[in-house]
Amino acid sequence: MKELSEINLPDDLRYAESHEWAKSAGDTLKIGITDYAQDQLGDIVFVELPDVGDSFEKGEEFGTVESVKAVSELYMPVGGEVVAVNSVLEDSPELVNNSPYSDGWMIEVKPDNPSEMDDLLTGDAYLEKLKG
Amino acid sequence: MTDFPGTTGLIFNEPLLWEKGKKGRTGFSLPRRDVASYPLDESITGDGPDFPDLSEVDVIRHYIRLSQWNFSVDSGMYPLGSCTMKYNPKTNERQASHPGFAGAHPLLPPHLSQGILQLMFELEKFLVEITGMDAASLQPAAGAHGELAGMLLFHAYHKSKGTPRSKIIVPDTAHGTNPASAALCGYKPVPIKSNEQGVLAPKDVAQVMDEETAGIMVTNPNTLGLFEENVKAIADIVHAKDGLVYCDGANMNAVMGIVHMGDIGIDVLHLNLHKTFSSPHGGGGPGSGPVCVRNQLEPFLPVPRVIQKDGHYLLSIDFPQSIGKLHAFCGNVGVLIRAYSYVASMGAENLKKASQLAVLNANYIKEKLRGTFHLAYDRPCMHECVFSDKYQQIHKVTTLDMVKRLMDYGFHPPTIYFPLVVPGAIMIEPTETESKENIDLFIDSMNAIANEAKENPDLLREAPKSAKRRRLDETAAARKPCLRG
Amino acid sequence: MRYLPHTSEDISEMLQTVGVQSLDDLFSSVPQECRRKNELNLPPALTEWELNNHIDRLAGSMAVSPEYKIFLGAGSYDHHIPESVSYLLSRSEFMTSYTPYQPEISQGTLQAIFEYQTLTARLLGMDVANASQYDGASSLAEALLMAVRITRHNKVAVSQLVHPNYRQVIKTYFAPSGYEIIDLPYSQNGTTDLSNLDNLEDLAAVAVQSPNFFGCIEDLQAVGKKARNQKALFIVCFSEPLAYGMYKNPGSFDADITCGEGQSLGIPRTFGGPALGMFAAKQKYVRNMPGRLVGQTVDADGNRGFVLTLATREQHIRREKATSNICTNHSLCALASSIYMASLGGSGFKELARLNYDKCEYLKDQLRKAGYSLPFSQSTFNEFVVQFPEGFDTTYQDLLQKKIMAGLPLECYYPELPHHYLLCVTETISKEDMDRLVGAIK
Repeated sequence: MKELSEINLPDDLRYAESHEWAKSAGDTLKIGITDYAQDQLGDIVFVELPDVGDSFEKGEEFGTVESVKAVSELYMPVGGEVVAVNSVLEDSPELVNNSPYSDGWMIEVKPDNPSEMDDLLTGDAYLEKLKG
Repeated sequence: MTDFPGTTGLIFNEPLLWEKGKKGRTGFSLPRRDVASYPLDESITGDGPDFPDLSEVDVIRHYIRLSQWNFSVDSGMYPLGSCTMKYNPKTNERQASHPGFAGAHPLLPPHLSQGILQLMFELEKFLVEITGMDAASLQPAAGAHGELAGMLLFHAYHKSKGTPRSKIIVPDTAHGTNPASAALCGYKPVPIKSNEQGVLAPKDVAQVMDEETAGIMVTNPNTLGLFEENVKAIADIVHAKDGLVYCDGANMNAVMGIVHMGDIGIDVLHLNLHKTFSSPHGGGGPGSGPVCVRNQLEPFLPVPRVIQKDGHYLLSIDFPQSIGKLHAFCGNVGVLIRAYSYVASMGAENLKKASQLAVLNANYIKEKLRGTFHLAYDRPCMHECVFSDKYQQIHKVTTLDMVKRLMDYGFHPPTIYFPLVVPGAIMIEPTETESKENIDLFIDSMNAIANEAKENPDLLREAPKSAKRRRLDETAAARKPCLRG
Repeated sequence: MRYLPHTSEDISEMLQTVGVQSLDDLFSSVPQECRRKNELNLPPALTEWELNNHIDRLAGSMAVSPEYKIFLGAGSYDHHIPESVSYLLSRSEFMTSYTPYQPEISQGTLQAIFEYQTLTARLLGMDVANASQYDGASSLAEALLMAVRITRHNKVAVSQLVHPNYRQVIKTYFAPSGYEIIDLPYSQNGTTDLSNLDNLEDLAAVAVQSPNFFGCIEDLQAVGKKARNQKALFIVCFSEPLAYGMYKNPGSFDADITCGEGQSLGIPRTFGGPALGMFAAKQKYVRNMPGRLVGQTVDADGNRGFVLTLATREQHIRREKATSNICTNHSLCALASSIYMASLGGSGFKELARLNYDKCEYLKDQLRKAGYSLPFSQSTFNEFVVQFPEGFDTTYQDLLQKKIMAGLPLECYYPELPHHYLLCVTETISKEDMDRLVGAIK
């Protein structure tokens, strides 16, 4: 497992305490899980994602991610409607491990309230939370 | 130099069944055809299954070779915490395969099945006496099935009072089956933590117990191997709100002849006959999970129930408040016969002795290994003790590495990473049927492994070396499941 | 006691290490109020030889073949079991091992279960089978709950010709949940009447048994079509899988879930248990399936091996969100059925099925000739319903005196069918036995 200093936390993302990230892409947001989360979970074997068109509140569960011997819930960092899901993960869940911030993205959301992004943590603040 | 039992042997390779065989062979003596062939409706007939054709020799060699790749209680010590892998007496097998029992149709009329009904009737009485409860049903086919029965009993009880409830208290040390069984009955599990002594505190129960809560599921002794010493006070709190107390009896092997489950306020308790009562695990089943209850819950027990009337035994469904049937017939009767055989062979004195020796073995291991491995709770334990890999972490060696190495020494690994409240848990249950010599050998092996962790940690990371297979790629298995050939 | 190896010397040495005086002192953490007040009151321990005598006496009172001729199936069937099956099952390495959580030293059980899953899937014509469950009844209950999870609908339709005991079990499983069970009646030819199905909404599953409780083969094509129209899952249940040696299997009708009882495949009846819950489904539902699954993989040296997989569905990981609370499979029973299926092979399985069919047809023929009515016209396997004349119950009791059990009186399960009996014939019944039965009835 990685030391905290080895965790990659890009500056252009915002982070939730429940270990998801969100990234602005014009009107929409891309959402995935952090490098820390993928490292803690270990080899990811399955990702269960919602359907396009589903809507969730901020903090609501939108899916699960499974390693061989654990299941973790995924929570919305920002509320909104799902406009795209990364269906490649169905056959290649390892992308979440190998590339958590690009190829391993999970859903794209049209936020109900874009200002919710401001409540999320910066990389530094998230790292501080991890250090406890 | 200690001579450990682990070794490599002459172990054969063997392909999958359908990779052998040839059309035209058979391993079956086809019964004589003494009637003519009758016409068939061709529109609904098919081609029959695509099975390989094998000779009897092919079949025998295939399975004998497979059997040699397995560890078993009959080959070595199996210190698997919470699983009570005690020796499985051979006389039990003789009794269960008696043609009078093995050949018996489940719908025989009572006057033609008195023997099995009597055995079931008496076994219920034995289990009631051993647990200190008032009545029992032998129908549940496994521990989890017994838990489900228990939760259905809770549900039926509160429903009969006109006040169904929606929640249930489940401690963090519980087996995962507990919340899963509760959820099947629509209960929302309310988790509570055990205290710093590893047991439940009455005040924590009092805080969450209310009139919406059906009761509590406790495991006693709990999965840390500790006796829930506050159980009576906890039961009082739950009962005061008309809740019920469920006890997972998975660990009954520690307290036979010692604890009276009825007196300490347990309302429902399930037993695992394949643990405490010596029937073999069969590579994962069949087991049997009878459920024992106190008087107020007896009317709700599953039907049919064995009753005695005018010196005869009958199966009765005349219990209008019963939760109904849980099994197509009467449960896993073959396992019941083994448990009966065990109790009849042991008698009262030896059952108590078995519990005492199970507890002695566990405490002995705890004392002998306490310096080498981190002891999660430094208190007298019951039938199992829980260590962790805390002292070995500096060598970057994990619990998994250590127990895999144990295989090379000729022992089955303990239960690991459970209970969840102890990170890196190593949960050891030796059972009473292991002699002091075997226990000492196990202790020596654990010490040797702790030394290897310091001096040659790669030995552990690459273990096992002498098993049929090295470590398997479970990630690949789960990412691209291949579940059939 | 021969299972307790400790000598008194061992005990005192060990007590000393632990630092207590006596065995009783080991229990210091058990408060006085939790202790038993008196010793256990059980019958005195028996020697091995006394126990043998005692069990011989109990077992001797049971009515079993070959002394009795039992024309009774109804979910539990008498088939010849090759000695090789019983012999291999008694191997300690299969019998006394635990669930294969440590795959390196459990490859025997794991490969055997993988083979069981494969043979089961092939027999039923399904994509994937699990490692087995308790019995046919609980398997059907689990299948219905699975359908509710998948469709998020709240009603299930179950044929009245599903084994009545299975239907009782479903009722028990469903009682706290509030999901509704709709009974589908049966029609004059002895199959399920589907006409009510069109008016139902919110349906999660349509479940039928084939061969059904009357031994009749259901029109699975029609049931499947109706289920699909209702956007419900199509579930086929069975209690006699030997039938698929001859009749088309549920997979060929595109069943979503197929489950049932596998006792007839090499498992002794033992008064109804342990039995074998067989459970198979389409690949797309695999993550919703209850029960254990074994999958193929490789080890660190690249050699083929097997592991328990997709465990995240199960109770020990997902806890209250698990697909089922089930922990165990009936591994040893699954093994028995695999050895049985392997011993018969595809050719033997087919031939044995046909022999069962022909024997049963022979008895049907003889009874018809003797003037008895067989009310249901549909094709059957192993079992069929006969309507005997009023007053036959006395004959039935007389036959029992002669050690012949002439089937199961159906009235207690189907009150509308007085004097109707469910008769069963397998390969263990000879022509002579059948002739004797028909002769004795007259």
